[in-house]
Amino acid sequence: MSPALSHEEIFAGRIAADERIEPKDWMPEGYRRNLIRQISQHAHSEVIGMQPEGAWITRAPSLKRKTVLLAKVQDEGGHGLYLYSAAETLGTSREEMIQALQSGRAKYASIFNYPCMSWGDVGAIGWLVDGAAIVNQISLQQTSYGPYARAMVRICKEESFHQRQGYDIMLNLCRGSGEQIAMAQDALDRWWWPSLMMFGPHDAESAHSSRSMAWKIKRQSNDELRQKFVDQTVPQAEFLGLRIPDPKLQWNEERGHYDFGEIDWEEFARVVAGDGPCNAERIDHHVRAHEDGAWVRKAMLAYEERHR
Amino acid sequence: MSRRLPTAGPQGARPHAIPRNGSDLCVLTTRLADDALILGQRLSEWCSNAPFLEEELALANTALDCLGRARFLYARAGMLEGKGRDEDDFAFARGPEAFANLLICELPRGDFAFTLVRQFLFDSFDVLYLRALADSTDDALAGIAAKALKEADYHLRRSQSWMLRFGQGTEESHRRAQLAISALAPYTGEMFEMDVLEARLLTDGIAPDRAALKTPWQIRLSETLSEAHLSWPESCGNISGGRAGRHTRHLEALLDEMQAVTREMPGLSW
Repeated sequence: MSPALSHEEIFAGRIAADERIEPKDWMPEGYRRNLIRQISQHAHSEVIGMQPEGAWITRAPSLKRKTVLLAKVQDEGGHGLYLYSAAETLGTSREEMIQALQSGRAKYASIFNYPCMSWGDVGAIGWLVDGAAIVNQISLQQTSYGPYARAMVRICKEESFHQRQGYDIMLNLCRGSGEQIAMAQDALDRWWWPSLMMFGPHDAESAHSSRSMAWKIKRQSNDELRQKFVDQTVPQAEFLGLRIPDPKLQWNEERGHYDFGEIDWEEFARVVAGDGPCNAERIDHHVRAHEDGAWVRKAMLAYEERHR
Repeated sequence: MSRRLPTAGPQGARPHAIPRNGSDLCVLTTRLADDALILGQRLSEWCSNAPFLEEELALANTALDCLGRARFLYARAGMLEGKGRDEDDFAFARGPEAFANLLICELPRGDFAFTLVRQFLFDSFDVLYLRALADSTDDALAGIAAKALKEADYHLRRSQSWMLRFGQGTEESHRRAQLAISALAPYTGEMFEMDVLEARLLTDGIAPDRAALKTPWQIRLSETLSEAHLSWPESCGNISGGRAGRHTRHLEALLDEMQAVTREMPGLSW
């Protein structure tokens, strides 16, 4: 009989065999911490991401668009909810995660630190930002932690509807008046590069990447996912008749992929560090809504106490 | 004398033919659509502002129900009117004086207590109204009412349970709910006002008698308030005028925001 295996060995064996790790299983502390960081960051991104588009629900230019946008933003809130629950299975609480977000200890997707300035931006966010999120999330359906992987399966289904609603807004603008086409082009010009930044730094410079890949939390590298996004998005832009704001963008026959220019990494670092156009505004908004709601949460708890 | 052929034969008849009193019916349908749109717009303002995430989703659900109802009703109103106006013409191409919503729907969202107290006052009326409207002799309206009633029942369960949480929660939640009740009370009378037009539709069995709903509404209200340890003001005025296009200044601001894009670039498809 072989000697009993250690926790570490069992865990490593399960990762190697592509088995899912479940909440009650033993896991290394680093794995747990890494997951809490990533899942809560993902949850915060969904919740903060409600703000830029949410601000356009009241201004959406048709009742159909208003309804679809509201349903979409509601889904983002729902995604935040599943993801907070997935993170809670690792021994943290929603209140702790919210504190970490509001104090700046936890990050969220930097893309939401750019302003949503026009109805065209609402289209571009759905098309590009949700499009980039799907590429990332499809890959995460294979992540090693069970609750996270299952949340991704559910979320991906809804995200593809989100991307379609964004693309449909763009398509409508691009089939519209000169002003509308200009609105769509302007939105693409401003959202293209930030969307590429969503995949994070180059693989060599990514702080958490190698460990996350070894633990199979991440399944594909930042650069691979970014390439996939560019390859799928360029033909979509062509179909719209819009120009992607990158002079270096061209099809590379040999590689079978599009070549594209370098991201402005200084801008990337600046926005991640908190100096993007809307970082302060997004957090202030979250803090204000949370503080305004404090009395409601207290009342609910007091009521539940009374009726226990 | 030439005889006009009917626009559609018996097989090709539209599902809901236009009744004799089509223009009255069009006005009523537009009123109900305006109520739903304006309240839905107010509720949608909560997006990313709710006290916690579950409530974020619930408020959005209620708003979506309102918007859905408004769209069905505008489509029907457009058909009754017969001038080719669609839902967006009603929502985006009219000024405040042409809107006929109840004033209670247009008041700013206020704090969470104000929004939920308004919702309770409206929902408890709405359920009674829709139940009666579901028996309308106008099949189209009856059908929309039957669908909306299922949603309204749920809205009422939710807003009523918030009344209890506010009233029995903390001193602060009680105080806020009480303030909201006092501020909203004068706007509730309008929900039960009948005018000549709705009286005519009542005679034809199309419109419910709003006035007759007041007593059952008051019973539900006083039961809920008493369970929540909240009270109704001893005397409150009656502020109305929405049906005649006389609105508070808040509607103008709401429309300025809602119609901002379409006013800047009119006549386009989105």
